[in-house]
Amino acid sequence: MNWSHFFAMGGYAVYVWSSYGLAVLILILNLYLPLARRKTVQRRLREFLRLKEQTR
Amino acid sequence: MHKYASPKFFYTLAGQLTPWLAALTAVLLLAGLYFGLFVAPPDYQQGESYRIMFIHVPAAWMSMFVYMLMAGAGAVALVWNIKLAEMFAACCAPIGASFTFLALVTGSLWGKPMWGAWWAWDARLTSELILFFLYIGYMALQASIDDPRRAARASAILALVGVVNIPVIHFSVQWWNTLHQPASVTRMGAPTIAPIMLVPLLLMALAFTVYFFTVVLMRMRNEILERERHTGWVAEILESEP
Repeated sequence: MNWSHFFAMGGYAVYVWSSYGLAVLILILNLYLPLARRKTVQRRLREFLRLKEQTR
Repeated sequence: MHKYASPKFFYTLAGQLTPWLAALTAVLLLAGLYFGLFVAPPDYQQGESYRIMFIHVPAAWMSMFVYMLMAGAGAVALVWNIKLAEMFAACCAPIGASFTFLALVTGSLWGKPMWGAWWAWDARLTSELILFFLYIGYMALQASIDDPRRAARASAILALVGVVNIPVIHFSVQWWNTLHQPASVTRMGAPTIAPIMLVPLLLMALAFTVYFFTVVLMRMRNEILERERHTGWVAEILESEP
């Protein structure tokens, strides 16, 4: 298998690899966002529950 | 049925399902990429550039599929007042918008070498762009109303009105004389695409579908925690989870 031939994509490398690159980026982003949000939500809710405990 | 619609039950179930769905996504994606980039031969007209199809077509299918799910869940929430359906609809929007964006940009990247233009005001392209704006409008409306129940109702109505755009997108290539090529898979009769190219296309479409369910469940779990924060079970979960 010739890798430089593969990456050249018959002269369409820019178009093909930009498409695949953007797809990877979007798939990673949609995975990262809920994971990051999970951390935030947990932290905020712990704080919320702590305050509720204090005011009781 | 009532048990499955309870946020607590759903939270636990979703947590158990996501690792399996994520693993299945990875397998399907690797298989799709392998067949799409290494096994399928170049197209006799478009050469290697047609490989953009393996991203573009599944992304476009997902943009419409997710919209239908979002509007359907919105309708269920409106009629039966089911909180989980509200949350599902809200979680669909950003994911659907990102698939629509991907379909538009990859379409542009495919259009430039094949048609000689990044963009054309063709019926297919324009209706897909309207779909993107519908998603954006849905999210903006959702964000502009503080009360989650009222936000869900208002945005569900917007989503339902926007459903008319879906058949327009699908049939645009038949109704109007478009630059965009007609359907070769989702048509009456057998697909007009070689099986060696159809296999990676379907694998990628399946990968995107399972991926969508993985990430939408992840989003819903966060949403459930926030909206059920006043309940005892959320407090228990926060103490038991690291």
